[in-house]
Amino acid sequence: MENSVVGYVPILMQFVFAAGFVGATILISHFIGPHRSSKTKDANFECGIEIHGNARLPFSVKYFLVAILFVLFDVEVIFLYPWAVNFREMGMDGMLKMILFMGMLLIGLYYIIKKKALEWE
Amino acid sequence: METSFLIEKGILILVIWGITMLIALYSTFGERVVAAYFQDRRGPNRAGPGGLLQPLADGVKMFTKEDFIPNTPNKWLFIFGPALFMTTALLTSSVLPWGDKLNIFGYEVSLFVADINVAILFILGVISIGVYGIMIGGWASNNKFALLGAVRASSQMISYEVAMGLSIIALLMLSGTLSVREIAAQQGGDFLGISGMKWNIFYQPLGFLIFLVCAFAETNRTPFDLPECEAELIGGYHTEYSSMKLGFFLFAEYISMFISSAIIATLYFGGYNYPGVNWVADHIGPNIATILGVVVLFAKIIFFIFFYMWVRWTLPRFRYDQLMNLGWKILIPLAIANIIITGTAILLLN
Amino acid sequence: MTFYIFLFLAALAVFCGLMTVTSRNPVHSVIFLIGCFFAIAGHYLLLNAQFLAVVHIIVYAGAIMVLFLFTLMMMNLNEASEGHKPALARISAVVSAGLLLFILIAALKKTEPFAPPLTIDHSIGLVKALGNTLLNEYLLPFEFVSILLLSSMVGAVLIAKRDKSPKPELE
Repeated sequence: MENSVVGYVPILMQFVFAAGFVGATILISHFIGPHRSSKTKDANFECGIEIHGNARLPFSVKYFLVAILFVLFDVEVIFLYPWAVNFREMGMDGMLKMILFMGMLLIGLYYIIKKKALEWE
Repeated sequence: METSFLIEKGILILVIWGITMLIALYSTFGERVVAAYFQDRRGPNRAGPGGLLQPLADGVKMFTKEDFIPNTPNKWLFIFGPALFMTTALLTSSVLPWGDKLNIFGYEVSLFVADINVAILFILGVISIGVYGIMIGGWASNNKFALLGAVRASSQMISYEVAMGLSIIALLMLSGTLSVREIAAQQGGDFLGISGMKWNIFYQPLGFLIFLVCAFAETNRTPFDLPECEAELIGGYHTEYSSMKLGFFLFAEYISMFISSAIIATLYFGGYNYPGVNWVADHIGPNIATILGVVVLFAKIIFFIFFYMWVRWTLPRFRYDQLMNLGWKILIPLAIANIIITGTAILLLN
Repeated sequence: MTFYIFLFLAALAVFCGLMTVTSRNPVHSVIFLIGCFFAIAGHYLLLNAQFLAVVHIIVYAGAIMVLFLFTLMMMNLNEASEGHKPALARISAVVSAGLLLFILIAALKKTEPFAPPLTIDHSIGLVKALGNTLLNEYLLPFEFVSILLLSSMVGAVLIAKRDKSPKPELE
């Protein structure tokens, strides 16, 4: 059971169940509640004052940089998983291989911090 | 694949879903009671005896409120956001072991929904999908505050995902497997001569601390609740939501609190194991031992849910730069140091 | 049974792919692309490549698409501002996509029909076997990956971070 794909069938069942529950709840609450709309009511809430400009404002490039760095670090972390599982069998050999790999990660992190790329003014 | 297998798992899914809902409902109540206790007031006590029907009243209220959709060009995405968020919150419980094997009239039932080989990565994957619910919901609201809250929430969640992944790696070096069931079973071994006490917390204290902080950040709980920080952002990413869609955003937070407590208890605090588990199994009966294990697991989970609430009324909220600094400059280097310390310790002791 | 699951997943992947291309709203495109990634992860699962399937979801659906969504949200996306694409851009898009299709068909025609070996080692797609192969046979590419990631990290920081303090001698 452990190694075969059959183990994933219950996950699929749970997904179908969860999605069904969520969909049904949204539908039911949609039909139960009242519906009254007016132009002022439908307006987006900005502390009660008139809306200024468009809500789809471009935001700081910092968030974008965080997303890029996340992708890179995420890939690095994923590479560590097959290593960690095999660590006991490989012993010292595996440790050295990974220190080399992780050294690069640390250099990158050091560079990011030194460059103040993640400073939020 | 037999039908009995599917029926068994189906019943288990329903039971776990029911328990999840019950615990999440009553943690909303518990949160208010705990808050009242910390602030020396009474808390909810009108609906039912001792206020016990309060969550039910809240639910009915949520259901009957107007299902409001604001002026936005992306109506479908506006509905899709909270739906996705709730679905992912309900999905993680499928790979967690809730107990050992139960023997019902000669039919062996394992108390987990799916025992897969890559369970830990599955959990991380589901968490990473959950980010979309917030992002899409906040963006589709067509509201500046909601967008800012969504962007804050998602970059906070992805930042702490890295540290979380790194902290688990040290644990995996010890266990040598990605299956949560095996990790839970391994912790039933002897520690200092006591059976059922080989909990990972004794081997991974630093890893546990990092994981705990990341779990707080991933569930958007105080002190990391910047995405919904009322003073700056009105309500954050769910500013424009009402009715059950708002309910999903709020409720999913409690479900993820429950699930992350369950993950912490399973990975670091022995899961369903307790001291003397072998003695109970030998002297009283294996079924009793298993049921006791489930009870013990839920006791641990409820303790951690309480811990979440305790922290909420103890620590003030971080500033956004402090949050990012903690994630990238402290937790990630610490987690890497933890991996190297763990590796060296394993090599020296073998 | 497996065959029907395969058909369903394949249809899902193709449908999501088509919707990714044809959706007017770029956020819809992103969502359909995520759906497409899930369908492909399902294909990996059918081949018992469990680690690959879950990593595919974490890295592609969970990380790279977040980056896409961030990029889309960073650009000002208004229905009104979406301009008409010039004819040259359309023609070049069709030509390059057609060339890619041609290459894919040519590559597919060259492959031998796949005959599964009689004895399949069921643990081959699991994380333990994969780690062993990766860290022994493919050690050098593995270490090179870290250099590749380091260089992209430096590149990302350089592009996103403009030096705010100009050097004194340039003043």
